[in-house]
Amino acid sequence: MASVSVPRKRRVHGMLKLYYGLNEEGKTVDQAESLDPCDINGPHFDPEVYLNKLRRECSLGELMDQESCMVKQIRSLDSDMQTLVYENYNKFISATDTIRKMKNDFKKMEDEMDCLTTNMAAITVFSARISGTLQDQHAQITKLSGVHTLLRKLQFLFELPARLNKCLELQAYAQAVTSHRRARCVLQQYSHMPSFRGIQDDCHAIMDKLAQELRQKFRDGGSSAKDLSECVELLLQLDEPAEELCDKFLTHARSLSATPTAGTDILEFIDRGCNEFVSSLCLVIASYQELFVNRPQESNLAYKNIPQMAVGKLHAFVDSLAARYFSLVERRIQEEKSVGDNSLLVRALDRFHRRLQAVAKLLPGSAVPSQGTEIVVRAARERVKQYLAALQSFYLDSLTDVRQALAAPRLPELLSSLSASILNQIKTVLASVHLFTAKDITFSNKPYFKGEFCSQGVRESLVVNFIKFVCQSSRQFCESAVDRGGSTPPALLLLLSRLCLDYETSTISYILTLTDEQFLVQHHSPVTAVTALCGEAREAAQKLLNHYVKVQGLIISQMLRKSVETRDWVNTIEPRNVRAVMKRVVEDTTSIDVQVGLLYEEGVRKAHSSDSSKRTFSVYSSSRQQSRYTPSYTPSAPMDTNLMSNIHKLFSERIDIFSPVEFNKVSVLTGIIKISLKTFLECVRLRTFGRYGLQQIQVDCHYLQMYLWRFVSDENLVHFLLDEIVGSTAHRCLDPAPMEQSVIEVICERG
Amino acid sequence: MEDDAPVIYGLEFQARALTSQTAESDAIRFLVGTQSLKFDNQIHIIDFDDENNIISKSVLQHEAGEIWHISASPADKAVLTTCYNINWSFGALGVQNASESRVVTSSAVWRMPPEWESGSHESPDDPHNSHNPQSLDLLCHLDNSAHGNASCVLWEPMGDGKRVISLADNHALLWDLTESSTQATISSSATLEGKGQLKFTSGKWSPHHNCTQLATANDTAIRGWDLRTMKQIYCIENAHGQLVRDLDFNPNKQYYLASCGDDCKVKFWDVRNISEPVKTLEEHSHWVWSVRYNHSHDQLVLTGSSDSRVILSNMVSISSEPFGHLVDDDDLSDGEDNHNDEKTKEPLQDSIISMYEEHEDSVYAIEWSSADPWLFASLSYDGRLVINRVPRALKYRILL
Repeated sequence: MASVSVPRKRRVHGMLKLYYGLNEEGKTVDQAESLDPCDINGPHFDPEVYLNKLRRECSLGELMDQESCMVKQIRSLDSDMQTLVYENYNKFISATDTIRKMKNDFKKMEDEMDCLTTNMAAITVFSARISGTLQDQHAQITKLSGVHTLLRKLQFLFELPARLNKCLELQAYAQAVTSHRRARCVLQQYSHMPSFRGIQDDCHAIMDKLAQELRQKFRDGGSSAKDLSECVELLLQLDEPAEELCDKFLTHARSLSATPTAGTDILEFIDRGCNEFVSSLCLVIASYQELFVNRPQESNLAYKNIPQMAVGKLHAFVDSLAARYFSLVERRIQEEKSVGDNSLLVRALDRFHRRLQAVAKLLPGSAVPSQGTEIVVRAARERVKQYLAALQSFYLDSLTDVRQALAAPRLPELLSSLSASILNQIKTVLASVHLFTAKDITFSNKPYFKGEFCSQGVRESLVVNFIKFVCQSSRQFCESAVDRGGSTPPALLLLLSRLCLDYETSTISYILTLTDEQFLVQHHSPVTAVTALCGEAREAAQKLLNHYVKVQGLIISQMLRKSVETRDWVNTIEPRNVRAVMKRVVEDTTSIDVQVGLLYEEGVRKAHSSDSSKRTFSVYSSSRQQSRYTPSYTPSAPMDTNLMSNIHKLFSERIDIFSPVEFNKVSVLTGIIKISLKTFLECVRLRTFGRYGLQQIQVDCHYLQMYLWRFVSDENLVHFLLDEIVGSTAHRCLDPAPMEQSVIEVICERG
Repeated sequence: MEDDAPVIYGLEFQARALTSQTAESDAIRFLVGTQSLKFDNQIHIIDFDDENNIISKSVLQHEAGEIWHISASPADKAVLTTCYNINWSFGALGVQNASESRVVTSSAVWRMPPEWESGSHESPDDPHNSHNPQSLDLLCHLDNSAHGNASCVLWEPMGDGKRVISLADNHALLWDLTESSTQATISSSATLEGKGQLKFTSGKWSPHHNCTQLATANDTAIRGWDLRTMKQIYCIENAHGQLVRDLDFNPNKQYYLASCGDDCKVKFWDVRNISEPVKTLEEHSHWVWSVRYNHSHDQLVLTGSSDSRVILSNMVSISSEPFGHLVDDDDLSDGEDNHNDEKTKEPLQDSIISMYEEHEDSVYAIEWSSADPWLFASLSYDGRLVINRVPRALKYRILL
């Protein structure tokens, strides 16, 4: 029993719930989805299945519990329903009461409406009667007023010639034209009547005269653009041919537009140009459009193609005028060569560009603004080129300055001031160029200035080109000087080498980062990489330093060579002193050492023994023994000395004389000393020595050894070369009787 | 490639003078003159057996003095000239009065004794023969005591061995030799005049223009002379940054000249336009002492330097032979005109073929063999003579 009644009540309850909108969103979803026939709240509930399931699954106790629970639920549902039914009943009763009250009210209203209808009928009857009585008088009045207007018109017609004359006298052309226009049609229509014909003829004559006068005025010029446009308007109303008028108007306007005169200052020039030319051009365009293009279409068919014709003419006119103006402006901009103050030019260009926007607004299809932008772009490009040239000349100038200041031993200050001034100059130039892209400049948002100008213009053709120029000019110092015997002072080479090296390590990346940041460069097109530039700078630095070594080595070499070549070594006297040239060599080497030390770091050297300066010449001492103990003629005897030096060579590495040096002091000095000593060796081999000649060379070499070892990275190198020199001298000696080592030392220490 | 391995020969003395035996076209033979102040100097005749890679030598005594320059007659195998130092104090041990000693460089024409070739071939390691070598026969002195120290003697290229030029200090002397070469007379001379002590360092007799031109080097300048008038015809001032050490004429292109010097460079000149060198090589790391064109393939250029290296370069772009082709001798005059056209057709690559590092001392002399165009010798100061070949791959590329 209970199980059957439960679903029906559920359904009823559900419907009620639906009615009162009690359905909750979440629940409906749940119900819709539950297909379980055992779900007592689900729509697919099957009592049979449910009961069977219960019976199957539950114990008796549970069944009892289930039953009591269910009965409890049923009961609560029953009471719910009773409450709902009661509420419904109450609402129904109140609705019935309302309907009854409405019925009573409507009856009263009906009566009042009837009364209104009768009253209206009475009013209609009265009104009809009144209008009937007034009919006659009304017709008469209408007729009279018609006659009156006709008479007034006639009077106007008759007075027209006189009035027109008067207008002509007063030069009130506009009024005359309006009057004539009003009368024209009528006169045309009634021209068969002689009196009207007369009037018409008179009017024609007067109007012709007027037109003549207007044309005269038009032609005269001297009148303002506004006057002119008035004239044209009137002439147009007088059916003058529009095309001819256009032409005349434009010819006139052409003479009107004053050509800007060459001012002193670009800003002033552009200002004047803008004020005089652009504004009058704008005025002309505006009035022209007013007159010919935007005329109301009420005019007759002949005017139909006027706008197109007029616009075409206008474009041609504006273009030709603008071309003249642009060529003037461009010539003026090209005159702007001084790179001192860029802001003036930028402001002038900005104004120029801004004013052209007005033309663009007036004449949408015109090529003028884009041409103007092109001029600005060209000017900017030209400007960048000028700045590059200025930077380059600045660089060369500062090099000249440095060259003059080289005499004083202030290389580090010179270097820092040079590099600082160059950097400063670059920054100034960047700042000036940056004006082109400032936010308040109208053309800065053009795509050219946003993209290409920054990356190709400023970064590539200004900054990168300048850096390349620096490297290039440095390299030129190396190349040109080789053939012309070193016109460049060596200190300058050293300075430039350091400069290039500094560029490689920091300056280049700094400058490029600065540029990129300032100009927000977006690399659309491939740009030169920092590493490539750095590589170039390093190469230049290396080349310069190599060249420096070469030049300095050459200077010392020349001294040594002269000293060897010009002396008669066979007939020289017993050595008492170290030759002055050796002291010169040591002095020069020391001063080079100081010079290089100012700019370059010390560098690494191999550990050396404390008694380096005391070393004796191993090769020579052995050959001395050989010659002492061998018989006078055996071919194998010289072989032994050869063997000694060959064995020596086996253990020493091959020495590259003009090899690239590293960027430090020791390496540079090593290079210079290598070149000098090798020259010494080669020169010695070309001479023949007497006994004292050999001894002199011994003394000289010992002296060099005492002082030169400290400059080089590997003292063995100096030893080796000096050994070679003494060894070769011994070979080239007619009477090889060497000096005692102790005597040599005494002489050298005496200086 | 064991055939390409260098063959090394060691002399007991230091040496600077090397020449190939110009008149010999079958055997590969080089002449080396030694430099020794203490012992008798020698001329080593080095024969190279190409097939077996064996060197054999003969030694001739040159008692006159140490040899600075040697040059073989183009007509007679047995005739050669040397420039040598005469030390007046030589032999007088322990000269006390030093003012008497003097060093003078002189030059002379010699004839090798006829026997040297017939039987006295010896292996280099045979010590006995060297004790009793034969001497050169003096034909005549190129007596130039009036003109100063001789720096080199040049034979007329491809001539009949009757004319030589000797360069002595600032004089260039043209000598005529008699039939037997026993007498020499100066036929004409030229003198270099200018500021300071001018001195010819080296020279070359041009094989072109019917052998009427001579090029000389002094200090940094290269000068051309017309031998008919003995007048200077061109002068390349500052041809090198420093001293010019050697010259050589392109054997196939009459206006082309190679020079080398102390600025480590080798330069190629067109003497018709001397303002700029046609080409510059900068491969050596010290002075370049000698430069030689290959006699038949003038793109092969050999240089020797005091950095102990010998470099063989392939200068295709300025050679008479278009790359990869051999020009017949008849076409040589045209070859030069065609050259520019060829150049535009294909980019020619100049390159270093190889760098020979067998020497351990300065290389002062290099010479191509007159018999085998693919073979050359180089001589370093320590007396080491190295015979090398052009790499086989390149040889075939040039030939085929």
